[in-house]
Formats: sequence, C-alpha cells, structure tokens
Amino acid sequence: MDNLLRMPRTETMVINVGPQHPSTHGVLRVLVELDGELILRAEPDIGYLHRGIEKLCENRTYHQCLPLMNRVDYLAGEVNNLGFCLAVEKLLGIEVPKRAQYIRVMIAEFTRIASHTFWLGTHAHDLGAMTPLFYGFREREKILDLCEMVSGGRMFPLYFRVGGLAADLPEGFIPKAWEFVNEFPEKWKDYDNLLTENIIWKERTVGVGVMTAEEALNWGWSGPMARGSGVDWDLRRDRPYSSYEDFDFEVPLGTKEGDTYSRYLVRMQEMLQSNRIIRQVLEKLPPGEVKVSDPRISLPPKEQVYSDISALINHFLLIKEGVTPPKGEVYQAIEAPKGEFGIYLVSDGTGQPVRVKIRAPSFVNLSAMNRLAQGRLLADMIALIGTMDIVLADVDR
Amino acid sequence: MTHHIHPAAELLSANFPDEVTQISEFRGDTTVTIKPGRIREICTFLRDNPETLFKYCSVVAGIDYYPASPRFAVVYNLYSHKDHSRLTLKAFLTDDVAPVIDSVTPVWNGADWHERETFDMYGIRFQGHPNLKRILLPESWAGFPLRKEYPQRGQ
Repeated sequence: MDNLLRMPRTETMVINVGPQHPSTHGVLRVLVELDGELILRAEPDIGYLHRGIEKLCENRTYHQCLPLMNRVDYLAGEVNNLGFCLAVEKLLGIEVPKRAQYIRVMIAEFTRIASHTFWLGTHAHDLGAMTPLFYGFREREKILDLCEMVSGGRMFPLYFRVGGLAADLPEGFIPKAWEFVNEFPEKWKDYDNLLTENIIWKERTVGVGVMTAEEALNWGWSGPMARGSGVDWDLRRDRPYSSYEDFDFEVPLGTKEGDTYSRYLVRMQEMLQSNRIIRQVLEKLPPGEVKVSDPRISLPPKEQVYSDISALINHFLLIKEGVTPPKGEVYQAIEAPKGEFGIYLVSDGTGQPVRVKIRAPSFVNLSAMNRLAQGRLLADMIALIGTMDIVLADVDR
Repeated sequence: MTHHIHPAAELLSANFPDEVTQISEFRGDTTVTIKPGRIREICTFLRDNPETLFKYCSVVAGIDYYPASPRFAVVYNLYSHKDHSRLTLKAFLTDDVAPVIDSVTPVWNGADWHERETFDMYGIRFQGHPNLKRILLPESWAGFPLRKEYPQRGQ
C-alpha cells in the first residue's frame, strides 16, 4: 500500500552533446541538463580547437600573422585578413589605393556569400532538409574557384597584404566574376523556394531562440544576429571602411521577431545584397596600383629584387624585420559574415605586435547559448547552434 | 573618420574627476584611462547616460605590458548606436602579482566570456563575475599563457 501512495521520483539528467556530434559544427561540447525533453541548462564547453593564435602572433612580424588570421574563421578566411590588415594600416596611418580597396570589398563580399551558403546548407541539414546543402555548395564551389584564381588558395586565399594586395587580379577573373554575379540571383531562388515558405522549416524555426533588440546588444550580438532582432546596424554602412561608402546596399532586418526564422531571412537577403555590392565593384573598378608605394610597407617588384641591389636590401629588410608601425594602440572592427570581427592591436614600435586581441563574432554569439536554450526542447538546441552560425575555429582561436 | 576626442571622455572626467587619469586620442580612437576601483560604476554610467548610451561592449581584453609596472591592463571597447561612435576604456591594475578588477558582466552580459578568457589567459580576477573559471584551457592547466614570461613553445 505504501508503494502506491509514494510519488514517483523524478530527477534531471545531464547529457553531453559533442564534442564529436554532427550538429555541433566542429568540436563544440554542450553540457545539457534535461527535465524530460526540456532544457534546464545548456552550458557550452569550448576550447577544443584553441590554437593560441593570439600568443603566436606576438612572436611574428605583422605579415607572418596573416596566415594565422586566415584560420580564425576558416569559412571566411579572407575577411579576417581584411580586419587585420586594416588594423595594421590604421596603426601605420595609411590608406591603400582605391583599386585595392575595391578588390578587397569584392573578395570580402564573395566570402560572405560563401560563408552564408555554408551556414544555410548546414543549418538546413541539421533540421532535416538535405537539398539546400547541395545547392549551397554548388555556388560556394564557384567562389572558391575565384579565390583560387587570385592567389592559389581556396579556403585560405591569403591575398590581402598590409598596404594592399599581393598582386592585381589575374587575367580572366573579371569575366568569371561577372558570370557568378549574373547567375547568382537565379540560383538563390533555389534556396528560397526550398525553405522560405516551407511549413516544416517554419515549424522548426519560428519562435525558436527569441532575443529582443535590447538584449541582443547587451549580449554583444552583432551582424546578422543583431539584425535578426531588429537592430538596424551594419558596420559597413555605419562606420564604413575600405570604401564601402561608395556602394549602394540595403541592410535587411528580417521579420524583426528576433527568432531563428528572422535570422534566416536576414542572411538570405544579405547574400543578395552582397551580390549587389560585387556588381557595383565590377562596374566601378578603378585602374591603378594595388599596393601603397611606400618601400617601408610594400615589397618591391620581384624583377627589381633580382637586378637592383637597393631593391634587394629593401626586400630583405621587409621580410626580416617587417613593417614597423609607431607605438600605439588601435581597435579596428569590420562586418564579418558572422558579425563584428575586431582586432585590438598594441604596438611598441618594433616589427612584432605586443598584443593582438581577436574579437571573434562566433565566440560572443555562442555565449548566449544558455539564455536561448533554457526552457526549449532538446531538438531546438540543434536549431540554435545552426542559427548562431558558429565556427569553432572562430570561437576558440 | 573623426579625429577628435570623443565627447564621452569629457563627460567622464566631469562626473568621475578622481577616476580619470588620462585621455588620449590616436588614429581616431579615444582612450580614457581610469583607475580600476569604480569600473562597474563608470560602465553603468556610460551605458545608461542618455548622452552616451554605450549599450554594446565590443571586447574586453587583457594586456601584459611587462616589464613595465603596473604590468596588467584591461581594455574595454564600447560602441554607441546613438551616433555610431567608439570609446576605449583602459584600467591599469595595481597589483602585478594577483591582478584583480570588478567584473562588468552585470552591466553587459556579453562581457561574460571575454572576462573568463582574460582570466584564463592572464590570471586577472574579475570580482563579482557569476562563473569565473577557465574557458578555453582545461581546468587543470597550470600558468597563464598570454603572460609575457610564458614561453612560446615547449617548457
């Protein structure tokens, strides 16, 4: 009789999601405390991909930091380099030639499309829609081909340099880029048709992971994450760098609900806006140099290095000692595909930085995980990881 | 890019005359150096004052200026959506051996992980932080890697 009267004993369960789980987009481990299927607490455990890039930078010349920067957010490699180059150029107090600025914008926007198609593919795949992944990768592949044309590297083009670009655009690049720009809006419709009005997609994303505008800023959200909550803010428009003020584009805000669906709409529209910017770059691309002519910053042309002793010495010094910005500290932020990518740079006047702090968007976005997941179902957490568009290399650095 | 001192710097030195030790401008970035003692109060002031409205904290970073003393500093980069301006706050920590400063996580949730990372890498303690423990490195790790005495490779 006693047994019948006793209430059933319940207890919460702690489970481990990751670090090796297909939906965690890398090596993210989340400790989830569950009451049935309801999440009571979701605590991300990060650091599995920590490579100590900030420490490594302190023992390198500024140019030697660039390959490391490529690998911070490896889905948008060249955007990180843009941020780093701009920070060093800000320290130096220089501006690169207009042509270099335009080409940088073009590569950065191509990278944004590539990063967003990757996000779309994996996010949709996590929620059970297989096809967008293939469509997204179809376009991403073309962008990687373009990156390969400019420098040989696909995911890590390493095309930007402090003071400009490694070289001018190769022959045949412009027609290829036009080809992409002209056909992308048509291809984009494939993603849109599959998901935007898809009832299953909406069931999984509408109302999931809601964040108000005020809260989003308090949590340090930037980029598409903040815009999905209705924060009308884009660093490209509001604090333009690299000649973004020359281009016409809109800042999409989704449904402003601050849910996963709204962030989906924002990123979808951003792809079209990026395409629009690239179109304008191709139309307006000015002729001229692609790096500053200061011998303390730019390497001399290779032919001169072989024939002219002063060019050889110049080359040697720049490789050995690197560029030497004056003593000072700057913070430079750019609009990376995932949000605000910032570099806090401290120089003591030598060729090596004293401190390179990388403000990575994924790191900050992910910190709101527990806030978003509490009270939701375990299945929603998969949607949340997808919507935050995290790259673990960007989180851990 | 604007090359003048951010008006918030004047506002700070008017409201916290004993806390502000230096105001400087470099390449368009205004840096206000303050004493660490009332950091949370100053940050709350900057966030809520209708003239500044720094509702967004971009980054919290530790810096090791070894061999200078005080060697540790914490910098905060703030962004105001009112006029899309930035302000850098910088506080040198008085204790070189056991550096400590108040946490600003109660002001901006976004500072939470930045502060944990700064603790992880520099051993700077943030008083009043809700969950101050290592974030990137394992709990059992010895030493603070971004301190200048920590070797780049091998041990």
